[in-house]
Order: sequence, then structure tokens, then C-alpha cells
Amino acid sequence: MERTPVLKTVNLGITFGGLRAVEDFNIEIYEGELVGLIGPNGAGKTTVFNLLTGVYTPTEGKFYLSGKNMNGKKTHQVVAEGIARTFQNIRLFKQMTVLENVKVALNSKYEYKFFASLFRTPKFWRKEEELDKEARDLLSIFNLENKANYIASNLPYGQQRKLEIARALATGMKILLLDEPAAGMNPTETAELLECIKIIRERFGIAILLIEHDMSLVMNVCERIQVINFGKTIAFGLPHEIANNQEVIEAYLGKNED
Amino acid sequence: MMNKNTKLKGYLVNTVALAVLLMAFLILNANFKTPFYSVVFIPSLWQISYLIILAASLNLVLGFLGQLSLGHCGFMAIGAYTAALLSLYFERAGIFTDKKAPVFIVSILVSLLAGGLLAAIVGIIVGIPALRLKGDYLAIITLGFGMIICNVINNLPFAGMEGLSKGSAAASLYKTGLGFGNTLKTKYAWVAIVITILCLAAMFMFIRSRFGRAIESIRDDEIAASASGINVSLYKVGTFVYSAFFAGIAGGLFACCNSSLSTASFAFTNGSILNSTFIVVMVVVGGMGSLTGSMLSAVLMFLLNYVIKNVIKASGMPLFVQNLFKYPMLVYAIVLIIVIMFKPKGILGTREFSLVNTIEYIKGKLGKKAVKEGGSK
Repeated sequence: MERTPVLKTVNLGITFGGLRAVEDFNIEIYEGELVGLIGPNGAGKTTVFNLLTGVYTPTEGKFYLSGKNMNGKKTHQVVAEGIARTFQNIRLFKQMTVLENVKVALNSKYEYKFFASLFRTPKFWRKEEELDKEARDLLSIFNLENKANYIASNLPYGQQRKLEIARALATGMKILLLDEPAAGMNPTETAELLECIKIIRERFGIAILLIEHDMSLVMNVCERIQVINFGKTIAFGLPHEIANNQEVIEAYLGKNED
Repeated sequence: MMNKNTKLKGYLVNTVALAVLLMAFLILNANFKTPFYSVVFIPSLWQISYLIILAASLNLVLGFLGQLSLGHCGFMAIGAYTAALLSLYFERAGIFTDKKAPVFIVSILVSLLAGGLLAAIVGIIVGIPALRLKGDYLAIITLGFGMIICNVINNLPFAGMEGLSKGSAAASLYKTGLGFGNTLKTKYAWVAIVITILCLAAMFMFIRSRFGRAIESIRDDEIAASASGINVSLYKVGTFVYSAFFAGIAGGLFACCNSSLSTASFAFTNGSILNSTFIVVMVVVGGMGSLTGSMLSAVLMFLLNYVIKNVIKASGMPLFVQNLFKYPMLVYAIVLIIVIMFKPKGILGTREFSLVNTIEYIKGKLGKKAVKEGGSK
């Protein structure tokens, strides 16, 4: 019996007016896999993420999460089903504390009714306590537990990235989409991030789709890589195959004219 | 860290403090009978109580949800008219005949609640289309809705020009329905205080829960909020409706304070203290994202308004000073500018006044002092 992929897209595409931003995007990601998505600037990588998280509605094709069709769902519904993401430019809840940032993402996991909060019923306290504990556990994975009461925007850049990943993990996802997590990081921070990604995979066993420009990182951690350019998939395979693929090199560096 | 026990202790301290204050007030109320008290202090107390509810409820939308709404007085108008009409109906149906009977106070509370609920229902109708917009556009559309509500009320046969606002009906409001004279205001002063406390407690419980966290996340980053699984439009409309509910209750209290009702009191062009922009000013001065800040600034702004309206005129100041204060909106604008220059986030910013923390702080200070004194000896 074949396994159902966690994420599967079938000829996914979107057209903005006359511009075909993404077309015929096919990918299958299985549980525990780490797949890289690379391509030159403007290739449509982030658009793919926006399609997968319900920010845009695909104009062509379909995508499935564990065999369930996700077309036309709104972002929060997609998140509830199990696709979480981080953003290329960090989007934290800046005025809230580190702990609250994570708690927001746990919102739908520890539900209580409005009246429970109004009258502070025992259920309210129980749920809030569990929520607090899980949020702190998540922060401790990223060594942020002693910064729980910091205002999020006061964290250094690398830790803001980590917090964003922690927040995405708090949604209880099956697949995590990381949009350029290493952008703007120095080599030490990138190494730390690598460590983080490793820990996430060990602890949660989830699938990860990673957009990244840092080639050493991509080649290091990704099991498979998909390359897109001008919205079209131009190569797909193992890291070393991609590194030697003529078309990919051309896309990045241009063609040798003579 | 704050856990359940310290929070419960905080609630207990607050409840005890409020209960003691209320008891003290009731004793004072029963024994204090100077004209200043019943003619100036008590009516001011009523006005302050609805202004506090109004400012705090707008703060939910403006400070915590981060959406600029300029139609808050529209919801207040709905609450005021609903409560007034319902209380008149109760009186005509013979449910209460004597304003001193306990059944009167029950029917008043029912009228206030009905006013809040109807305002909330209109809040749903207005909120669903309006909250698809953001920023300036939302401000414009809510401003429009506020005006529409006032105009609709004006043209309702039983409420507007021909109804409640008309001379004889207005007079009857005072005598029969909701309108409180000064003696009644003194007698029922606890009603205003208890309602204010309950409303603010309900708002605090809302803010300090998963719902509060969700709406604050929407204020900080809408896209990230939805990517964290928050149903942004649901929470937006929900908060708007919750806020409209309290605005409706504030409107009901307003109707209690006044002998007659007119939609001109809620109109955008109204130069007095009741004006949607004026409430926005109150929220900004107090601090967007601080309910206690809204309380503080509601009191301050009321006092300012009172001074402008009554004290300056009677003070015998030179005429040009008096003339300057003929334009109160100008004074509020100057106050707003001054506050923003020195405290850009408002008086309290996003902090809340907390009795427990204050006690701890004073204890800490005293403890240090004791240690110092001990050292010097």
C-alpha cells in the first residue's frame, strides 16, 4: 500500500490578470520529509506558499493535505487543518510578550466558551493553565523560556525568527512552510537555525517545506529539492543532482553565450 | 509568575476594595444632603459613569482590536432610545407606578439590558460589512453609519421628532419613564456605580482571556494572526458587537440622566461632550489599550468639560478668556496635542492600573525605607 503524502499538489497554478505567476506546480511531501523549494528572485516561491496557506485561491489545480482537498479554504481554516507557515519578513505580534505570541497560536487548541472567561469558571483556569504550560514547553525547545515576558519586538533578530517558528509549531501542524528562515542571519545564527530545524524534525516528526537562498543550508538539510523559475518547475531531485543540473545553473547564473 | 492563585488573590483584593468603597459611598449618600452634593456631585457621577463605560468600550475596538470606529455614539443612541421607550412602555403598562418601588429598578435594569442587546444586534448588522474595510475607510463608513442611525431614529414615528423628542413626550419621560430627577439620582446612585463596575469587569475578563489575546494579535498583525489560526473577521465583528453592547448600556444610563432625548445629542456635529470624535479623544488621551486609562481620561475630560461649561462662565474672568472657552472643541484639541507631545501613547499607554501591584510597590518602598532606617541606626 502506498502512503498518502502529507501535502500533494496537482497542477496547482494562479493567474493574476495576464500574468501566470505559478503554473503546473506538482509536489508530494511525505511525513518527516524536508523538501527545499528554490529559485531565483521573483520565481514564484512565496506565491506557492500563499496558495498553500489560503492567502490566494488557486485558479488552476488542486492541493491536498493528507488526502483532503484544501481548495478555497480560508487561511485560518487551512491552519486548523494543519498547514503552518512563517514569513519572509518577520511578522510577530510586536506589542505582545514572547509568551503571548505563542499562546495566540494555541488559541483554538485550548478552547473555552465566552461565558467561561466571563465568569472565570474552573474550566477556564484549567485550560489556561494547560495552555500556559504548553506555550512554555514550546519556548524551552528554542531556549526562549527565560525571555517569556519580553516584548516580542525587543528580541534580537535571530530569536525573533525562532519565536516565529515556535509560534507556527504551536498551531499543531502536519506540515510547516518556512519562508527564507535564514534571511539576514549571520553564520552563527544560521548554524543555530539548522540545529533548530533538526530538533523540530526529531521532536515533532513533521514534514517541512523550506524556501531558502542560502545554498549551503539548502544542500545540507534538504532531502529533495524542487527548483522553480518564472512560475514553472524546472528541476526536481536530490541535492547533488540539482547542484549539477544545467538548467538550474543557467537559471541562476545565465547562459553561456559562446 | 502570575498563576491562578495570585490572580484569584488579586480579584479578592479588588472586590474587597470596591465593596468597601461602595459601602462608604452608600453611608455618605444616606447622610450627606447639601445642595452641592445632590445638584452637582450626583449628576456628575451619573455622567462620569456612562462616559467611563463609553470610553472603555470604544477602547476595545480602538486600542485592543486596532480599528478606528467613529460611529460609537450611534450605538449609544440606540441604547438610549430603546431604554427610554421600553421604560415608558413599562410605565404605561402599569408594571411600575411608583419610582421608589423595587420593581421600578428591575424594569430600569431590564430596559438598560435591552438597550445594550439592541445596540449589539445593530452592531452585527453594521460590523459585518464595515469591518471588511481598514483604516481611514473604516473610519468614514462607521462615521456614516453613526449618522444613519441617528437619522433613522429621528424619522421613526414613535421615537423621533413626533415621538420622544417632542415637547410633551419629553416631559413625560421625566415624570414617568426613565428620566431621573436629582432626588432619584441620589437615591439610585448605586445603580450607576454598580453598572459601571460590572461593565468594566466584563471588559477586563474579555481582554484577559484567549479572546483578548486573539484581538490583540489582530491589532499587531492581521496576516500573521490568520496564519496562527485566528478567524480574523469573526473576532473583529465579535469585538465590535461586544463594544456596541456596552455603548448601548451607556446610552441607557445617559437616558436616565436626562429629562428629554434628542438625536442631536449624539450627532457628529454636536459640539458638546457627547460626540463620537470626543470619545476617540478620550481613548487616545487615556492610552489606547488601557481600560483603566480610559476610565481616568473619562473623568479628567468630564471635569475639563465641566470647568469650561460652568466654572469659567461664573468665574468673572476677563471677557476674552471666556470667549476663548466658548469653543470647547478647541480646548479638547489642544489638550490632545499636549498629551500626544509629552506622552505619545496616552497617559497610561498600554499599562493597566492594578491595585495589587500598587500595594506590592508601596510595600517594596516601605520595606526599603525600613531597611535603610534600620541601617542608619
